[in-house]
Amino acid sequence: MARPPIDEAALIGRYGPHLNEAPPGGWDAGIDADRMVATHCCFCGQQCGIKLKVAGNQVVGFEPWFDFPFNEGKLCPKGVKRYLQGSHPDRLLHPMERDPEAPGGFRRVTWDQALDRVTAEIRRIQGAFGQDAFAMLSGVSLTNEKSYLVGKFARLALGTANLDYNGRYCMVSAGAGNKKALGIDRASNPWSDIPLADVVWTAGTNIAETFPITTSYIWRARDHGARLIVQDPRLVPHARTADLFLPVRPGTDSALFGAVLHELIRHNWLDHAFIEAHTNDFEAAAAAVADMTPAWAARVTGVPAVRIEQTAEWWGTSATGMLLHARGIEQHTKGVDNVLAAINLGLATGKYGKPGCGVTTITGQGNGQGGREHGHKCDQLPGNRDISNADHRAHVASVWGCDVAEIPGKGLPALEIIEAIHDGRIKGLLSICFNPLVSSPDTSFTREALDRLEFYGVIDFFLSESGHHADIVLPGSLHEEDEGTATSGEGRILRIKAAVDPPGEARRDWEILVDIAQRLGRGQYFDYASTHEIFEELRLASAGGTADYRGATWERIEAEHGIFWPVPEEGHPGTPRLYEGGRFYHPDGRARFHAVRYEPPGEVIDADYPVWLTTGRVVSQYLSGTQTRRIAALVAQYPEPLCEMHPVLAERLGITDGDWVTVTSRRGTMQLPALVVATIRPDTVFIPYHWPGDRAANQLTHRVVDPISKMPEFKVAAVRVERAGGAVETTDVRDLSLHGGAP
Amino acid sequence: MSDAGRFGIDEQPVFVIDQSRCIGCEACVQACMECGTHRGRSLIHLDRIDRAASPQTAPMVCMHCENPTCAQVCPADAIKQTEGGIVQSSLKPRCIGCSNCVLACPFGVPKYMAEIDQMMKCDMCVDRTSEGLKPMCASVCPSEALWFGTIEQFRSRRRGALVRDFLFGRQVVRTKVYTVVDDPTAGPVDVLGVVNTSWIDDPFALEGFL
Repeated sequence: MARPPIDEAALIGRYGPHLNEAPPGGWDAGIDADRMVATHCCFCGQQCGIKLKVAGNQVVGFEPWFDFPFNEGKLCPKGVKRYLQGSHPDRLLHPMERDPEAPGGFRRVTWDQALDRVTAEIRRIQGAFGQDAFAMLSGVSLTNEKSYLVGKFARLALGTANLDYNGRYCMVSAGAGNKKALGIDRASNPWSDIPLADVVWTAGTNIAETFPITTSYIWRARDHGARLIVQDPRLVPHARTADLFLPVRPGTDSALFGAVLHELIRHNWLDHAFIEAHTNDFEAAAAAVADMTPAWAARVTGVPAVRIEQTAEWWGTSATGMLLHARGIEQHTKGVDNVLAAINLGLATGKYGKPGCGVTTITGQGNGQGGREHGHKCDQLPGNRDISNADHRAHVASVWGCDVAEIPGKGLPALEIIEAIHDGRIKGLLSICFNPLVSSPDTSFTREALDRLEFYGVIDFFLSESGHHADIVLPGSLHEEDEGTATSGEGRILRIKAAVDPPGEARRDWEILVDIAQRLGRGQYFDYASTHEIFEELRLASAGGTADYRGATWERIEAEHGIFWPVPEEGHPGTPRLYEGGRFYHPDGRARFHAVRYEPPGEVIDADYPVWLTTGRVVSQYLSGTQTRRIAALVAQYPEPLCEMHPVLAERLGITDGDWVTVTSRRGTMQLPALVVATIRPDTVFIPYHWPGDRAANQLTHRVVDPISKMPEFKVAAVRVERAGGAVETTDVRDLSLHGGAP
Repeated sequence: MSDAGRFGIDEQPVFVIDQSRCIGCEACVQACMECGTHRGRSLIHLDRIDRAASPQTAPMVCMHCENPTCAQVCPADAIKQTEGGIVQSSLKPRCIGCSNCVLACPFGVPKYMAEIDQMMKCDMCVDRTSEGLKPMCASVCPSEALWFGTIEQFRSRRRGALVRDFLFGRQVVRTKVYTVVDDPTAGPVDVLGVVNTSWIDDPFALEGFL
């Protein structure tokens, strides 16, 4: 029974989000820190170094960590205010069980009661409906150790194939494309290569808002004279001073990339020696773009042909260049195609394995890189191994000390798990650090699915909107309450340090999983006394895989400010830049071109739904907002979703800035204020997705996925936009008041 | 620069502001609130220039004028400079809350705080800079639009020239804080930076839409 026990408003009243305004004791408390803990930000994949100020068992502030080389003290607003997630009034402090009669909808229970119920439900559901009828959803806010443990826990303790992770909505198109073309799933370069590039081309990445620290690398490249090309449906902040802006229509990135390849070939701006020595299948890729002229691409993408030609000239004739891409080209039904088309451009011009050269994804989530390598992905085992490969299974079984047959096969990806819950094939769910109700496409479908669960167990530190549906809530640990490692978007393995202990009865996530495994009679596989022991096992499990951590020790990681994997043996220096000497990670050492034809997105505009919708993020919020919607200063910065639209579209629809508008797709409808700005394509509206319920952009998005990566198409939907009546002030007035003060 | 981002006494680091690098993320606004001399109050300004037309934003710290207008117009003599040239917030016992300084500052920096009936302003994190540390905003700024370091460091890694003279009508203002311009001989400081792109007049190729 996984319906919310009481009215949602009452749940929010009890469990938040409430706003934490100030550090413990208030701004003027004058609490002196008794120690500084050098660790990393809990939010995005940049994993900036930060020092947490700690007094007793409370984080009371932060100091910049100037010595950490990636960010040298720099932080975005989320990083500055991340310390306010600690000592938060919404923090879950004891286990709870769903109880519609209890005030707040949940009653306090003991750990024994909670864990007994969880194990009883797992046994009941698996006994009645089969092992795979109980699923697990995980998240890459978790450290490498926890991600590894979740993978092992689902396979050996739950014995289910159906485990997947929230990177399914983030990194999987890039990962699949990189593996197909290059044989490995990692950023091609350390970020220190960006300032060495003559051309920096960003495709589908709003760097200023989603990876602010990367801005300084791009600006440093520009200081050295680099040209900047920005490809995006919106004139995002870092595009403002770009040398070239490519305002691509949502869902048409592969047409743009294809036309650039067409031009590179037509002008012979190719590195023939590199293509010959280090790649396969160039002819097939070339044939696929033979008719993709700039004039054709201009009609498809909306980007003027002259800008496509200029892009090809700059990319093709510069000695060095970096193409950085993110969810803007990846969250599509053609996400893998888009990534492969971008990689083709790097291979065609020999821009791999050299300083200032690369085509690379920018990993989104905090441990989006490390988390996807070590086995909580439905098709993977540790070391980025393939769960369907007999040799890979045998290696991992030998490390785990289990029979190979005990490791289940490939399970369902995240969205298909939601769909299997909806149609009754999956009856039970355990989730950790995943808020599918906000982050999955088609919110009302996801809500129906959660309602249908016979049992839903949630491990988290705050009660997310998905947690409202829980039967049992297990209070886990915040980032700063456990130690371990994470791996940044650069592929740099980092040390995460514990600053405080979990408060109240909350426990470290790994201890909770080990306890459940013991109750399920599988404790022999989970005999850990510390997080460090989990890491030592991870090193062995990853050894020989592409994501090889064998040579990484906690001591070295800390002393060297991180180590870039692969690091196959102790003493190995790590591998900051991949593909040096043109060596790729396929068995023959060669990269693969791919023939990419343009295909339209999963939904296209028509007379009933005549406007493109694209979704994304704002700088002050992180993902589903479970943490950042609880921090007052971040909420003040961008309190509610707004619908960005161009004045040309607004005028056509009779909408002025601040008007409430109704946005409707085939999945749902929502009302929100319009932000009329000339910084978005006139055929496209943008809505950020961080909010739940009637403010959720995912009410409008489409449950259609990339056939290879199973990534949903968050970046394209067809909608209708109408004036709803009423208006609000969207101008930011905080700084216009002479009174000033805290926002 | 030593271990903890601390400058030595002889290094003479300077504050540099380059509006053209700003991405509007508000890390500075959030970090200013964490400064020890005014915790909980953000004194930096971050203005959206014209959001309807552009994502351009502009941060504004106190420029710490050599001969500060705010202090000149203060009827209560409440605004003092340190020996190092830092123009401080008003002295609480003297400030009469008249907002003369708020209105007179050519850069729009001082803030009148009604709840404490006092003017407060950016003091370049005097608690930090007096110990050789970077100010909060320039420590965290992800785009280095706000930057703190030595002039030699600036010249070794950044392009553009540093200027600190402004002309407001007939008033010449020399500031402690430097501003970055492409060409110091080109005339007045242009906070929009130099527009050298062909696409900027029609970023979305509107002729194709209309």
